[in-house]
This record gives sequence, structure tokens and C-alpha cells, in this order.
Amino acid sequence: MDMGSISPELLLASLMVAATPILLAALGELVVERAGVLNLGVEGMMITGAICGFAVAVNSGSPAIGFVAAAGGGAVLALLFALLTQVALANQVASGLALTLFGLGLSSLLGQGYVGIKPPPVAKLDIPLLGDIPFLGRVLFSHDLMVYLGLALVGLIWWVLKYSRAGLILRAVGENHDAAHALGYKVVRIRVMAILFGGACAGLGGAYISLIRVPQWTEGMTAGAGWIALALVVFASWKAGRVLLGAWLFGGVTVLQLNLQAAGFAIPVEYLSMSPYLITILVLVIMAGDKSRAPASLGRIFHASQ
Amino acid sequence: MKLTHLLTSAALALGLATTAVAQDKTKVGFIYVGPIGDGGWTYEHDKGRLAIEEHFGDQVETVYQESVPEGADAERAITQMALQGADLIFTTSFGFMEPTVAVAEKFPNVKFEHATGYKTLPNLSTYSARFYEGRAVQGHIAGKMTKSNIVGYIASFPIPEVIRGINAAYLHAKKVNPEIEFKIIWAYTWFDPAKEADAATALIEQGADVILQHTDSTAPQAAAEKAGNVITFGQASDMAEYKPLPRVSSIIDNWSPYYIARTQAVIDGTWESQQVWQGIDKGMVEIGEITDAVPADVKDEALALKQAMAEGEYHPFTGPINRQDGSAWLAEGEVADDGTLLGMDFYVEGISGQIPN
Repeated sequence: MDMGSISPELLLASLMVAATPILLAALGELVVERAGVLNLGVEGMMITGAICGFAVAVNSGSPAIGFVAAAGGGAVLALLFALLTQVALANQVASGLALTLFGLGLSSLLGQGYVGIKPPPVAKLDIPLLGDIPFLGRVLFSHDLMVYLGLALVGLIWWVLKYSRAGLILRAVGENHDAAHALGYKVVRIRVMAILFGGACAGLGGAYISLIRVPQWTEGMTAGAGWIALALVVFASWKAGRVLLGAWLFGGVTVLQLNLQAAGFAIPVEYLSMSPYLITILVLVIMAGDKSRAPASLGRIFHASQ
Repeated sequence: MKLTHLLTSAALALGLATTAVAQDKTKVGFIYVGPIGDGGWTYEHDKGRLAIEEHFGDQVETVYQESVPEGADAERAITQMALQGADLIFTTSFGFMEPTVAVAEKFPNVKFEHATGYKTLPNLSTYSARFYEGRAVQGHIAGKMTKSNIVGYIASFPIPEVIRGINAAYLHAKKVNPEIEFKIIWAYTWFDPAKEADAATALIEQGADVILQHTDSTAPQAAAEKAGNVITFGQASDMAEYKPLPRVSSIIDNWSPYYIARTQAVIDGTWESQQVWQGIDKGMVEIGEITDAVPADVKDEALALKQAMAEGEYHPFTGPINRQDGSAWLAEGEVADDGTLLGMDFYVEGISGQIPN
């Protein structure tokens, strides 16, 4: 065993990278679920975002435009879900699962010409002064813009949901859509916007994998990250701060266990391998001991006539 | 992927409606563990499937299902394929062994072929390639080219095939570089690009400047390229898009001749259960182009090693070799028998760490 070969600096820095895709996707789903909609199509929207972002970044040469396209791609797929569940009043669970299957199929179709192509590199932000701080500079201030966007989004969503009027309305719709409707809020319109936001976030998360974390296009490359994001929202009790904690824990333990293995740490690999799931769930479940619960209207179909 | 599958199913349904016409066609099915676009393992099997289509034309129809999980669901997928009227089914991952055996017992008239396994039935063959011969070549190049003397190895599952590869690579790296150290990560997946890339990054951060992979996607190649100054080898497929660096060579699985031969056997009615294990000599294992990033003398040595194995003059597991605990395994000049190799569950001397159970 050689613990010295693990650099805590690099470890924490890669934690931030490993956590970002699920963080982005989970934040989007958090807003959707807070509006009372259960969208199980996160995986499908992520992979669609991954290929849309990849294809556009390759063709335009600009990762930034790629990320915009990824958000767009995810949102377009989410729009399909919104039409099915909010207009056609289809079952949300079935529609979400169908969305995942559709997204996986669509992405492999779109991605056929992109296997083996390298995307344009994403520049890391070189923050003067801050980036030069020993240790912290490498851990916190040496990432690409998307990492900071994810963090900013955590703060923004937390603030909006807790303190703003818009957040209050969104939560009202999610808790009791009949009451919200009676008060004159446009339940369907608000939910559609939340769904689109969720799709855009999932798309960004997917593109983060294909443009930065891996970076390449491979069919099915999200490999379940969308499902982890979904689980994270539940275990984080629909709170933005805890989603961040959960994503860091999951990403952190994933990277840590790989590093421990490489360093020849004397814990059986089976335990190391399952540790990200166990530790994340354990911590978040313990934290969920308070009164937090799911939005009351989660997954229920709303029609103004009822 | 699912869409194409749906379309295939729809086409199948149409086909069933007009069975009378299609009855004399031989139907060959494939069960894949990953997507056909993984650029590695499954991609090469699918190339074999396409080779069947090209070779036999209208005589043969092929179907496939991709991304089938190893486990209970595999049995459902294989059963479904047998019910759809497949005459010959290839299941192309080690983890499909028990499901394939179970389905083969239920469909005695359907022929099954399971890749990399060891269980056979009168209607179930196994086939595999001696990938470890390619690993020996990789180990040689890795040992010669590493500057940090640390080789990172991304392993998938602790099964004999993977352990054999680690041992073969290590022995031949050690032979040319006594200082060599192997850092091994068990990813517990065949296909998860993000995790494979993370594993490669972790190994590189811990000083590895050569990455060997036994997982199916090209993600470690991308991670190595991003890190710079790291060399890699294509796994299962050439992964030529990462030439000339980081990918300096590769092991290519060429299944096409075998798939065509076995399909022909079913058509002729001469198919018999067998256990096939072919290597460089029969062309089932190919060594992809060694790029100019490798010094000329190292390249020549690697090619000589390959040639010696192809002609049967050299076996990668030739004694003296000790087991990890220091006990003797092979005496001077002794060559490992296939039985031990097929069931290999130990590291050779010099590798640190334990094999997970």
C-alpha cells in the first residue's frame, strides 16, 4: 500500500469533475419534481444532450455553442414529455421511461457519424491570483466554466425556491395543484417550464460527460448516470444543498475508491466498488431524518376541470 | 439502438407473416453485452455479424440485441431470440454463460455458441481467443517504453481471462524492465466510459505512463490523450482513431472467419459442439499496427515476439514462473497447460494486490 501516491489535491480536483454531470442533471430534476412532475427520462435527456452537444461542438469548433445545443437538445426531448404528460395527460412514469428508451435510441442514431472523433478542447479557466493559491487554487480554481455553472445553479435554485415569489408559486403548484389553480396560477404552463428547465440541465450534464469528462462520443456513454441523478433527488429530500452534497459524495467516493485501488489499499475491491452507492445513500438518509418529504402532488395528473 | 431494435422487431413481425417464403433461410442471432458502437469488444463481434451477412447474402438472416445486462435478463433475451426462430445464437460475453446453458437446455434444436466461457452441451459450443498472446506483446512494449516504471491496468471483472491478461502483460514487461510496477484497478464493468476515463485518470495521476485496459470503450484512450505523455493500446478493436499517440498498438479480435465457418456448419448440418481457443496463429488475435511512436528496435522485438508465438515456437507462459505467494508454478522450460490457463485465478510473482473474489 502506498498512500503517498494519492495526491489529495488532484483527488479533490477530480471530485469536482466527477460530480458535475450528476449534479447538473439532479438539479434539473429537483426543480421538475418540486413542481409536482416526476420525469424518469433523465437518462434519455442526458444522452441526447451528450450527442447534441458533441455534434454541435465538433461541427462549430466551439464547446460553448455545443453546451448551448446540449441544453436545447435536452429541452426538446423534455418538451415531448411535457406534451405527453401535461397536454395529453399521459401517465408520468410510463412517459418518463419511454423518454429514456427513446433518448438512448435517438442518440445512437444521431451519433453514428461521430464515433472516434475528438471534440474541441474546453479551456480551463485560468483565474489569476486565486488559481495560484497553494492547494485550494488547484482544487477550487482550476476548472472549466461548467463546474462553476453547476455550483452557481445550486445557489440560484436554493435561493429561488426559498425566497423568491417565482419559487413560492412553483412549490405551490407542486404541493397542491388544485389550490394553486384556484388561486389563478397557470399550473400547466409552470410545469411545462419546469420540465423544459429540467431537460436543459440534464442535457448539460450529458454534454459534460461527452465534451469534458471523457471526452468522446460512445453509444450509451452516460451508462446510468441519469438514474443516479434521479435517486439523488429523492435521497437529498428535494433540497438543492443536499443534492450538491450527494453529488460530491458520490463523485468523491467514486474517484477515491479508484485511487485507493490503484494505490493497492488493503480493502477488498468489492467493498470499494459498492462504496459510492452505500456511503451516499447512508449519509443522505441519515440527514433526511427531519420532516422533509416529497412534494404532495408529485406524479399526479392535473386537469383544470377536476 | 432501441429504435433500431424496434424496427428489427417490426421487420421480424412482418417476416413471420410471410414465413412460407423465408423458411429456408438460416437465422443467426447475436447477444451483445454493450452497444455495437462501443468501438471495442461488441463492435468487433458486430463486424463478425456483418461479415456473415456479406458472405452468405440472402441465404442467411442475422438478428442481434445489444446492451444486454449480464444476469437474469440475459436469459429472457436469449430465450426470445430462440423463440423468434434463430438456428444459431452467439452469446458474446463471459457473464452470459449460465443464461446460455439454461436456454440451450430448453431448445435442443437450436445451436448455441458462448464466447470466453467453459461450459458446453451437445448444442452449446464455446469459443475464445488467446488474447494473452497479444497481452505479451503489449507488456513487452510497455516495459520498454515506460519512464516512470508504473503501468496502469484497468481490469473489468476478476475472471480467468482478465487475470490471464494481467499476468501475461506483467511477465513480459518484467522481462525487459525489472523495475516495473503494475497498478491495477477493477472497474467492475465492461462498459462505462465515464468510469473507465476516471480510472485511467486516477492511474495517470498516480504516476502511470502506460495504460492497459480490459474494458470495452475507447474512453481510457481519450483520457490518456488528454493527460498527454501516456501510451495506450487498443483493446478488442484497433481503436485506430487514437493513432499514433496515445494508442501505439492494439489487440484486435477477428471473429469473422469463425462466425462464417460456424454458420456454414449449421447450413451444412455438420455443426458439432466443440471448445475452440485460437490465437495469433489462426488469426483470431491480431496485433494492430505498431506506430512510429515506438522506437524501431522495440517494434522489431515486439514483431519478433508475435512471430514466435504465431509459429508456435514460444508460449507466453513458459517457466520458470512462480505464483504471487512465491510457490513454484512452472519449472524451467515448462509450458502452462490450457486447463490451468482457462481457470487462472492467481497472480504471478511480483504483482502486488489481491484478486477480488
